Amino acid sequence: MSRTIDAVVSPTQTNTIPADISGQMLDLDEDDDLEVFSKDSTLADGNMFNASMQTSPGSMVNQCKFEEDEEGDSKDIFITVDNPESHVTAIETFITYRVLTKTTRSEFDNSEYEVRRRYQDFLWLKGKLEEAHSTLIVHPLPEKFVVKGMVERFNGDFIATRRKALHKFLNRIADHPILSCSEDFKVFLSAQAWELTTYKKQGPGFLSRMGETVRAVANSVRGVKNRPEEFTAIQEYVEDFSNKISCLDKVTQRIVKEQKEYLEELKEYGPTYTLWSGSEEELAEQLKGVAGCIERCCKETEEQVGHLSDTLVPVLHEYVLCAETLKAVLRRRDNIQAEFEAKNETLATKKVDRDAESSDLGFVWGSLLGKNPEEARHQRQERLDGEIEELKEEIDKLEDRVEWANNALKGDWGRWQRSMRGDLKSAFFSTAEKNVDYYEKCLAVWETFLLSQRTEPSEETDRDNTP
Amino acid sequence: MMADSGPKEVAVIGNTDLTSAELDNNIKNTMVEIEKGTSLLRKMEISVAEAEKRTGKNTVNMQELYTVYLIETRPVDALTEGITPDSLWRRYSEFELLRNYLLVTYPFVVVAPLPEKRAEIVWHKLSADNMDPEFVERRRVGLENFLHRVASHPVLCNDNIFYIFLTEQDKDWKEMVYETGFQAKADSRLKAVNAAFRVKNPDGRFTELKHYSDDLQTVLSQLLRVRARVADRLYGVYKVHGNYGRVFSEWSAIEKEMGDGLQSAGHHMDAYAASVDDILEEEEHYADQLKEYLFYTDALRAVCRKHELTQFELEMVALDLACKKQQKEELVTGTVRTFSLKGMTSKLFGQETAEQREAKLQVLEHQLKEGEEAVKEKNTESDEFVKTAWVDIERFKDQKDRDLKEALISYAVMQISMCKKGIQVWTNAKECFNKM
Repeated sequence: MSRTIDAVVSPTQTNTIPADISGQMLDLDEDDDLEVFSKDSTLADGNMFNASMQTSPGSMVNQCKFEEDEEGDSKDIFITVDNPESHVTAIETFITYRVLTKTTRSEFDNSEYEVRRRYQDFLWLKGKLEEAHSTLIVHPLPEKFVVKGMVERFNGDFIATRRKALHKFLNRIADHPILSCSEDFKVFLSAQAWELTTYKKQGPGFLSRMGETVRAVANSVRGVKNRPEEFTAIQEYVEDFSNKISCLDKVTQRIVKEQKEYLEELKEYGPTYTLWSGSEEELAEQLKGVAGCIERCCKETEEQVGHLSDTLVPVLHEYVLCAETLKAVLRRRDNIQAEFEAKNETLATKKVDRDAESSDLGFVWGSLLGKNPEEARHQRQERLDGEIEELKEEIDKLEDRVEWANNALKGDWGRWQRSMRGDLKSAFFSTAEKNVDYYEKCLAVWETFLLSQRTEPSEETDRDNTP
Repeated sequence: MMADSGPKEVAVIGNTDLTSAELDNNIKNTMVEIEKGTSLLRKMEISVAEAEKRTGKNTVNMQELYTVYLIETRPVDALTEGITPDSLWRRYSEFELLRNYLLVTYPFVVVAPLPEKRAEIVWHKLSADNMDPEFVERRRVGLENFLHRVASHPVLCNDNIFYIFLTEQDKDWKEMVYETGFQAKADSRLKAVNAAFRVKNPDGRFTELKHYSDDLQTVLSQLLRVRARVADRLYGVYKVHGNYGRVFSEWSAIEKEMGDGLQSAGHHMDAYAASVDDILEEEEHYADQLKEYLFYTDALRAVCRKHELTQFELEMVALDLACKKQQKEELVTGTVRTFSLKGMTSKLFGQETAEQREAKLQVLEHQLKEGEEAVKEKNTESDEFVKTAWVDIERFKDQKDRDLKEALISYAVMQISMCKKGIQVWTNAKECFNKM
């Protein structure tokens, strides 16, 4: 059975891949699918750090590495999320973000788009992408609202954090070779508010979505029987990774908390030296000097905590969510395989039925109604054969689906791992770098003070204080 | 009620009649004495070498656990000859007794304080238990410091009781101390408080010094408290990083490419977490230096109180003299200038006879003579006290400025060391992350 490029992308969607998406994808037959994915993943990673994100030496190293692998393909779509605004209607108050897109891709009519989107819209996009590509790894969205600490939805920090996460979300999709071609994605970036609302109303209705969910639940209950070894390995890894990253998330948040409390105490410490200097004559200068040093260290500490909160905390949190996404993706893959296995079992049963001696109830009834036993048997055979043929067709489709799902996941898995390594390495590197910077600045403060003490002419004999 | 006509011609109104040149000269002389090496410390090496636990019966005949400290002494030049030091054991209460004796015997001296009896103003990781080896060790250092302070003091170092405390185990030192009768000489607290309230013309410098002591006590207490809290928090920050070490190590087991980098980064996080213990231990030494001066404020106040008491006694004696003079005047002139019971009774019951008056006059003359003697004595006493006290106060001030200046410098040095350690650890960690 020949497969078109469409089928490779997704068996359920009907849109074609635009012609200019990576020349390698055209003219490939099925055997090169795997290669396509692994090649594409190297292409995408190099553009992870776009202009609006801070580049630390670590991330630049990363970028260079992947640029070596690239075959000169550069980023052709740039998205920024900024400018949160509050909207008040009769029913509700909500925040919208400006989404600015600049692109040279031909499937877009214009080269620039500016739209406003709210969180709900992002959720919709994510849902559509996951629906269409159930075993691809879609970068997580920031959470709906922070339960812990009951942060108000319209708090400045909360909005800023969310905005950054939304920005990252869209850019990750833009970097993804398959997801970025999604029609939903294009509409999200380009449609005006009312256009989007209309578009959202299309597509499978509520009932059919319900049907999907029911089927998925049923399959997950059944469970998968012959999961390939590599996916079991991935699942085990994801379990462990999830634990570790959650731990790191908690540890980092604890560090931030302790550091903030340290800062609070430090802020009270400096002034006591100033207070003391008021009672002294000879020592006054020196005491004020110490107070000054402590004050400056306070500022540096504040900056360091800020950096930690802005850089490391969000990344770790993102990967906590990623771990959950991965678990969901693995579950969906399992479900697809489970459905396939279930159908196979049904086929086997039907075959057994067909080949079995006709001592079934149907035959008995048939004879009661006065049917010719020979004819009845023949009719039954024909019916079963028909059903078997139908099943075989369905099974073929499902088999394709399984293989496609597996390949999609395998390809995206490598891509995700590289992406994860890059992100976490960069975040930790940046943190370490900031810490070195922090200590260097504090060192300078105290060394300056010490120097001022030693150059002061003193009446008594010079005491040699070697550090 | 007797109106106070103010005895102006007799009492010294607290202001020293030493010129500033004479004051300076006094200070110079003291300095020269120290430099000439008359202080005990120059001749003799003193150390509190060890601490040991003993059990024994206390005053209420109950078993108790206490610590004794080994005091070692040897002549300074003995170092080269390899002579083993003399040694004896003393417990904390004996140190206290010594100090009380010195306080009473030399009230014009700002006597060095003892280290804390119980651990106070500590950050939570430091034990407040008296038996804790770290506390005992810090106390040992504090006691040695106390002995050095006394031994290098130009006046105190010559005290015999102090010398025996250091050198002779056999004699019943405690008995000796009690035999000096110092306890009788001690001023009652009540007397001192009373004097503080009622003194009229204390030397302005002492009043200023008293205020300074109070201020210094307040500010140092606050500073030490906040420092302890800061230390607490710093401890927390460093120790939480230890968790990174553990989790990185576990995580490295499931990663192929990142494994090595994570593992070594984890080690550096462990090192970082562990480094805070040394940092805070060093800082504790700084805190102890500040604590010594916090406790010194008590000694300063004691000297001020003694001055107030002396001045007050002088004022009382002078007042008494003035009263007597007035009485004589009234008797001689026969006039009653102020309302008095005597005046009343004489009006009511008639004047006294000439003989009676003569007798009274004689008694008064005698009392006046005594009174004048007393005033002269008290005056001299007060003068002496002010003079010697102020010399010692200047000595103390110089010592304080020197010591605290050094302490602050050493604090800066500690901070620098901490920063350097931090730079090293995080630079290493950065390298490891880079290899991930």
